Amino acid sequence: MPEALPPSLIFLVGAALIPFLRGRLRQVFALAVPVVAFFNYYLLSRGVHWRFELLDFELILGRVDSWSLIFLHVFTLLSFIGILYVIRDNNPLDLVGGLLYAGSAMGVVMAGDILTMFVFWEMLTVGAVLCLLARKTVESGKAAVRYLLVHLFGGGVLMAGIVVHIAEGGSTAFDQIGLEGVGSWLMFIGFGINCAWPVLGAWLTDTYPEASIGGVVFMATFTTKTAVYVLARTFSGEPTLIWIGVIMAVVPIFYAVIENDLRRVLAYSLINQVGFMVVGVGLGTTLSLDGTAAHAYCHILYKALLFMSIGSVIYRTGKSKATELGGLVRSMPLTCLFCCIGAASISAFPFFSGFVSKSMIMSAAADGGHVLVWLALLFASAGVFHHAGIKIPFFAFFSHDSGIRCKEAPINQLLAMGIAAFFCLFIGTFPDSFLYPMLPNLASGYVPYTFGHVLDQYSLLLFSALAFTLLMLAGLYPAEVRAVNLDAEWFYRRGGAVVYRLADRILNSLNSAVARIVQGSVIGGLTRFFESGSARIACLVMVPLWRLSGRDEEQIAQGRVSLAARMRSDAFPVGVTVFGAVILLGLLSLVYYTAFRRG
Amino acid sequence: MNPSDSSSSPDPAEMPTWFLRPQNVRRVIAGLAIACGLLVLVDLVVLLSGVDLHPHFGWERWPGFYAVFGFVMCSLLVLVSRFIVRPLVMRGENYYQRDEVSDFKSENQTDA
Repeated sequence: MPEALPPSLIFLVGAALIPFLRGRLRQVFALAVPVVAFFNYYLLSRGVHWRFELLDFELILGRVDSWSLIFLHVFTLLSFIGILYVIRDNNPLDLVGGLLYAGSAMGVVMAGDILTMFVFWEMLTVGAVLCLLARKTVESGKAAVRYLLVHLFGGGVLMAGIVVHIAEGGSTAFDQIGLEGVGSWLMFIGFGINCAWPVLGAWLTDTYPEASIGGVVFMATFTTKTAVYVLARTFSGEPTLIWIGVIMAVVPIFYAVIENDLRRVLAYSLINQVGFMVVGVGLGTTLSLDGTAAHAYCHILYKALLFMSIGSVIYRTGKSKATELGGLVRSMPLTCLFCCIGAASISAFPFFSGFVSKSMIMSAAADGGHVLVWLALLFASAGVFHHAGIKIPFFAFFSHDSGIRCKEAPINQLLAMGIAAFFCLFIGTFPDSFLYPMLPNLASGYVPYTFGHVLDQYSLLLFSALAFTLLMLAGLYPAEVRAVNLDAEWFYRRGGAVVYRLADRILNSLNSAVARIVQGSVIGGLTRFFESGSARIACLVMVPLWRLSGRDEEQIAQGRVSLAARMRSDAFPVGVTVFGAVILLGLLSLVYYTAFRRG
Repeated sequence: MNPSDSSSSPDPAEMPTWFLRPQNVRRVIAGLAIACGLLVLVDLVVLLSGVDLHPHFGWERWPGFYAVFGFVMCSLLVLVSRFIVRPLVMRGENYYQRDEVSDFKSENQTDA
């Protein structure tokens, strides 16, 4: 049996080769990378592989256990779906971004020590920035800069945390750390920035809607879910996480209800779903951690499916705002069907994937007696159905007829959506087929399909739908408005502008003052010096000598002129040059000798 | 992006598809109402028959708990979003653009 390779290596080499390929060959190659990675996945054996020594640290590229395998599995599957989705346009930025992003995310989940994890963690940002740039608009370019700045800051915080953690005597082991000491807090916050925690996560809803239609599929998959994975490894059972997760699950849904850009609505619901996972990590029981892993798996697929369906709408119509869309079920019936499957999955309808994973986390919260947490998550479940489950398909494909008539999505996009939709249904209907057996604790004996659970879930969802319908009919549902809704990104977008203006004032006035001094006096002086300085120095030496030798003033003036001319044209007898060089060498050796004698 | 596609393939009949016909919208709403009624009925039957559904909390089995919770919370969600959150956070569409550096200003309307 052939040896397995580090999965990240397959993707990174793939990403590096894409720019050298053209046309059909590039398409085939890009699709082949995740396929090869999938075969490679089945060659991996459990245990620790690929260790390297660097200075005093041991770097581990491959820790293969249930946790890393389930994330690796879904990342590989998703990278195939994502590449298939973007393959028609053959945009190298999308392909390199997607493969690099996938490779980095796999590097993080396979890492066996914090330093290796950190290197791949930083590379995630590069992939995301490429996915933003792939949109090739002015807005996406600016979003890429904002994304980069926020994540460089986050990486800096994490780096500081790691350094302090090691300096405090912590090990580089990528295992349970727990919140003690400054280092662990800084790492906690560094992870939290990528995990889109309240306030820290404003970058997500700010930038995701600006990405390319395929790029956002990768972005929605890798960054937040690797952060969940890392938190589960290092801070599982940390009670702070329960409340962070609850806020993430609850607050964004209010924004989602009033948001007009459908991809931003999806970004809000992404935070809502990651909130469930963070609660699962915070609870730290075998069931809740299994729920987190299962929910990450299901979420990646249905969130990608939803982003792809809206992406196809953008691909065909160029529009993503609820105010401009509607009635597309006529033109894009298959895309609409896939969108509805994604919507049903995120809403956790029975027989769709969200149902079998989200309920594990809620069940774990109830088992632990966390009544408030459980109620908040129930509200978040109803809320996510409301905005992602109803609002997304309703405003894009139903609602009023916008008059847009377009073609169905291209075949590669339909295939990508079809694969994701198949997995949403298959996992939801047969959770024991392959999802539950992959979980770290084999689902802890959880049974999703009981009569009570199905009945309760249908009651919750259908009455939420009833509320939506009645509010719509009564005209109470907030009309879609083209607007910006303020969130914590205000601090860096407005704050950034203030910093920019301050920097403009201070640095530019400093700049111009320095320019005046340098260009006005220093450069002029230097120019004069290099033009005639050496001649003047030579004159200073020669004129007294000429005087002593008895030359008159006229001869001396002639001597000055000829000296200056020789200096300019470097026309000196060889003897003079050698003499000068010998003196210079003598001086150098003197300096060298004295300096090193003393040293 | 292929914005040009949006004007292509005019449907000869121009009949609204099934989902967009008003009478069908009414049918969907009626179906939803009936389904909701049936769920409440099942909930009551379960309660009266005394079948144990293993709830985590006793009040989960109050008849219509999930129904009332879903309906009330979703209504609240919409009303709070509309009347409290939106007035607080909504700004003009070009809120952030006004701060931007002048050399971007001429280009920032290009994105569809």
